[in-house]
Amino acid sequence: MQKTTYIFKPSEGMRTMPTAIFGSIEAGAIYALMALGVYLSFRILDFPDLTVDGSFVTGAAVSAVLIVGGTDPFIATLAAIFSGFAAGCMTGLLHTKGKINPLLSGILMMIALYSINLRIMGKSNVPLLAEETVMTKLTAFWQSLGLDEMLQTVLSATGFVPKTWGILILMLILAFIVKVNIDLFLKTDIGLAIRATGNNETMIRSFSADTDLLKIIGLGLSNALVAFSGALVAQYNGFSDVGMGIGMIVIGLASVIIGEAIFGAKTIVRATLAVIGGAILYRIIVTAALRVEFLEAGDMKLITALIVVCALIIPKILEKQRERQRKKRRAVQKAYEGGEQLAVIKTDS
Amino acid sequence: MLLLKQIHKVFNEGTPDEKVALKNMELYLKPGDFMTVIGSNGAGKSTLMNLISGKMIPDLGEVLIDGKDVTMVKEHKRSRLIGRVFQDPMAGTAPAMTIEENLAIAFSRTSSRGFKKGVTKMRRSFFQEKLETLHLGLENRLQAKVGLLSGGERQALSLLMATFTEPKILLLDEHTAALDPARAELITALTKEIVKTYQLTTLMVTHNMQQALDLGNRLIMMDKGQLIFQANDEQKQCLTVEKLLEEFQRIRGEKMNSDKAVLI
Repeated sequence: MQKTTYIFKPSEGMRTMPTAIFGSIEAGAIYALMALGVYLSFRILDFPDLTVDGSFVTGAAVSAVLIVGGTDPFIATLAAIFSGFAAGCMTGLLHTKGKINPLLSGILMMIALYSINLRIMGKSNVPLLAEETVMTKLTAFWQSLGLDEMLQTVLSATGFVPKTWGILILMLILAFIVKVNIDLFLKTDIGLAIRATGNNETMIRSFSADTDLLKIIGLGLSNALVAFSGALVAQYNGFSDVGMGIGMIVIGLASVIIGEAIFGAKTIVRATLAVIGGAILYRIIVTAALRVEFLEAGDMKLITALIVVCALIIPKILEKQRERQRKKRRAVQKAYEGGEQLAVIKTDS
Repeated sequence: MLLLKQIHKVFNEGTPDEKVALKNMELYLKPGDFMTVIGSNGAGKSTLMNLISGKMIPDLGEVLIDGKDVTMVKEHKRSRLIGRVFQDPMAGTAPAMTIEENLAIAFSRTSSRGFKKGVTKMRRSFFQEKLETLHLGLENRLQAKVGLLSGGERQALSLLMATFTEPKILLLDEHTAALDPARAELITALTKEIVKTYQLTTLMVTHNMQQALDLGNRLIMMDKGQLIFQANDEQKQCLTVEKLLEEFQRIRGEKMNSDKAVLI
């Protein structure tokens, strides 16, 4: 018997594509906070910070354990943010005071956090399905507004009816609020000094800025955002798992790089918006990729790595090609002008 | 204003590469003094600058600025008192940030930084006013990234950023050496003008003897970590490049002769 092969899995079919994309935008908005954190360390401080893989889980673990213990989910999430800040500061201390290379300080913290996260959770997985979380609270709040019915009637013609719009819209609003605050912060005196630290350390030190302290603050803020994202992802997915942070830094980088490549990064305001866009786009790409028949969920990390590699290499190739064409055009023009001169000489003789 | 007391600095101590960078260095600058420093490579000029700015700490001796002992004060804290312009035009500004953002960073040199907006309307008009004094048209390009400016423009901006908050000490480390002659002349003229306007106590290292003679009211020559020649304002007026070279040869020659005497 011949087996029919499909490009797209028939079980999921084309009909559910909108639902899948809806889900990826929802998740993308939550992961956007993590991507903004990576943007702070990677782009603003010029510090490739691998702590992210650990601090993401720390955020998830702290919030999950507190929620299971009966703490209000909002306070639990706040605690998660602080734990991320502390983790980032530790990486900053290792780098600035311990004079350890940036990559190595991040790796050391990442490994240390793996054990710490296990200690926090007490086991490798904490389920949250039956608990009241930020997500369930927000959904309840949204439904009390009655906006779903309105949107549903508007969109019923398309035949696409998601369970609720609440999470998607509220998470997009949250990402946007965080983005605006980052923009404003980076324009304050201290924010300008942090940007200069990543741009020209000699210069900013000659203008009386303590670069060590600024790096520590910057890494703290970056990882606070990452932990915030981790806490929300745990509550969104309904569990916190010790392995959920593996490859998170690469996902963050992918979001930053894709976003900047597509939406541009001329100003900070534009770049942070691009990062949010990149995070959402990344989720959509992964969802689409996973629908290809021979790919499995386990291939996701490989896909992510490939996306980052492509996003890093393709712009360079394009730039080179453009440069070559420009040079060629100029050479042709010169040859043409030279040719005319030659012709003149020939007629003269 | 600036006082150096018996400064000693040795690099790679106890190894075959041991090098005495500064030996018994004494220096005093009155408020408003503008001193130029010349000397061959390895004379200790850069070390002198680094010791004043706090990038290095002397093995022995004291550094006093405005009567305060700052010998052990960290570089970033000390830079509240010191304005610096580096040799590399790229070193004094942040290329990925705009002109006004760079100026805002320089503006906060003397205060602690908080969560107030960096570029306010009031500051912006102040920046514009200061940029006009450079006569480069930068006042109309406040939102341009500094990385887009030419080397000369960047160095002029660095000079303005180092000086417009009126530091106690201004350190100029061969700040025209990496520019083409026309640009170097422009920056030299600007330096003269700015130092005069703010009456800044200035220490300028240069390789250009003519520049060392044209600028400032005092001149010192260094060799092998020691101060070998000084000229005050009057003496400096009568000096020429030839005379300086002669002087250098004479002092060096004498020293060599005395070294020979010791050896024999």
